[in-house]
Amino acid sequence: MLENLVKWSRIKSPWVIHFNSGGCNGCDIEILAALMPRLDAERFGVLLQGSPRHSDVLVCTGAVTEQMKDRLIRIYEQTPEPKFVIACGTCAITGAMFESYNTHGGIDKVIPVNAYVPGCPPKPEAILDGVVKLLTSLKEG
Amino acid sequence: MAEVTIPIGPQHPALKEPERFLVTVEGETVVGADIRIGHMHRGIEKLAEHRTYIQNLYLTERICGICSFTHTTNFSQVTEEALGLEVPKRGLYLRTLVNELERIHSHLLWLGVAGHEMGFDTLFMYSWDDREIVQDILENMTGNRVNYAYNAIGGVRRDISDSQAQEVLRGMDAIEERMKYYVNVALNEKTILKRTQGIGVLKTEDAKRLCAVGPLLRASNVKDDVRRDDPYAAYGEIPFDVITADTCDVHGQVVVRALEVVESLKMCRHIIKNLPTGDIRVKAPRKVPPGETISHTEAPRGEDIHYLKSNGTDKPERLKVRAPTLANILSVAHMLKGIYIADIPMVVAGIDPCMACMDRVLIVDKDKETSQMVEMDVLRKFGNEWYEKEAHR
Repeated sequence: MLENLVKWSRIKSPWVIHFNSGGCNGCDIEILAALMPRLDAERFGVLLQGSPRHSDVLVCTGAVTEQMKDRLIRIYEQTPEPKFVIACGTCAITGAMFESYNTHGGIDKVIPVNAYVPGCPPKPEAILDGVVKLLTSLKEG
Repeated sequence: MAEVTIPIGPQHPALKEPERFLVTVEGETVVGADIRIGHMHRGIEKLAEHRTYIQNLYLTERICGICSFTHTTNFSQVTEEALGLEVPKRGLYLRTLVNELERIHSHLLWLGVAGHEMGFDTLFMYSWDDREIVQDILENMTGNRVNYAYNAIGGVRRDISDSQAQEVLRGMDAIEERMKYYVNVALNEKTILKRTQGIGVLKTEDAKRLCAVGPLLRASNVKDDVRRDDPYAAYGEIPFDVITADTCDVHGQVVVRALEVVESLKMCRHIIKNLPTGDIRVKAPRKVPPGETISHTEAPRGEDIHYLKSNGTDKPERLKVRAPTLANILSVAHMLKGIYIADIPMVVAGIDPCMACMDRVLIVDKDKETSQMVEMDVLRKFGNEWYEKEAHR
């Protein structure tokens, strides 16, 4: 009973924090656009949070630069359990064109990732779809 | 009173990008600011040396997602100059059109972020919703919402059809209607006036001394615009006014950006109505003869410079990019001095910082921070509550 209640509230109010680990800003403005009135992510209970300590879902963009690596791990550790990570955009998935001396080539090289949203940048609809798919998978098990 | 140093960032949800400030305060007043940059360094200039010119077009596009088209315009221009190519007029006009559409979307985006920083979230939602009109036009014209891949060396990749041109005109009408509201808000709305007037003062001589660029410089009453001073693409043939403000503060920047959007709307209409016929691009050879070229454009944030050294192969020997935020960051350190802690987010947001543009070849301080970090979002909340509690001004 209580377990069901916790699960229900978890699915109905996923608070997200957005973390740019060295992307070009394209994904970041599209994430914001997904939260705007046209798509209105808040109808799924999605709310953008400033502090990792208040959030459930970490939406990461960028190819993880050397300087941001430690911070990404720290932000991930600060997020309370259970936590989920979405890698948003092609360079968050593989590093894409930014494979240089200063990047790590993807979020999943540094922290575990639950969902991937491809695209350069993914459209706001795609980002929202990724979030909803993550929530649906939680519902199922 | 003893001085206290507060580190802010680098995790920075309000502006969507990492940057770090060390602010020294005495009570509520900021006495010094130190800015650490380089968190976004991806080594783009080095990567450019390993890619062909055509591949580099897509790489320079991703220097920054918001002003992507300015960077490709700039890169195309340096390459065309090195090749000695003459771009057809229709291509130049279409390039100018997308440049101006990008300026509209970037300024509306900024207006929203500025509204968010001052606790005026209604403006944030409104302006981002209206920005979607431009995004739809751009998607229809170029095929993508953010990184358009519209520029090519020697012109542009797609022509514009009559129905697309009509859609641009319709979109401009819709935005013009909304801009009346935004200009009115920028000039008269009490929330904006209270949070921006007299904040982040940058006097004309300071702006010149610190080499500020773009809307920040124009808000300090300097009539400087690359589009007018050294016309590129088709800017020489399109009439427009350079907007300046004499208030030299953040409010001036709000007004300059709002009025610049109105100017850009007029320019877009002019371009559609006077679009020349003919080809949109010329074929460019793959190998570029040895030489050095430089080009600058007016990005939404200010002057953007590309330098290219070619060596006769199909890859550049050196590409150097100076993005506008790097030029403006010195002014921020100056503007932060003497203001209240609650006003820091406003001043930082004021220059429309774009760290992705800036962090390329800078020496990076990799010291691990041991002190407690303040997040920008927390600081923004503090600022808004601080002003709500009592009338400080």
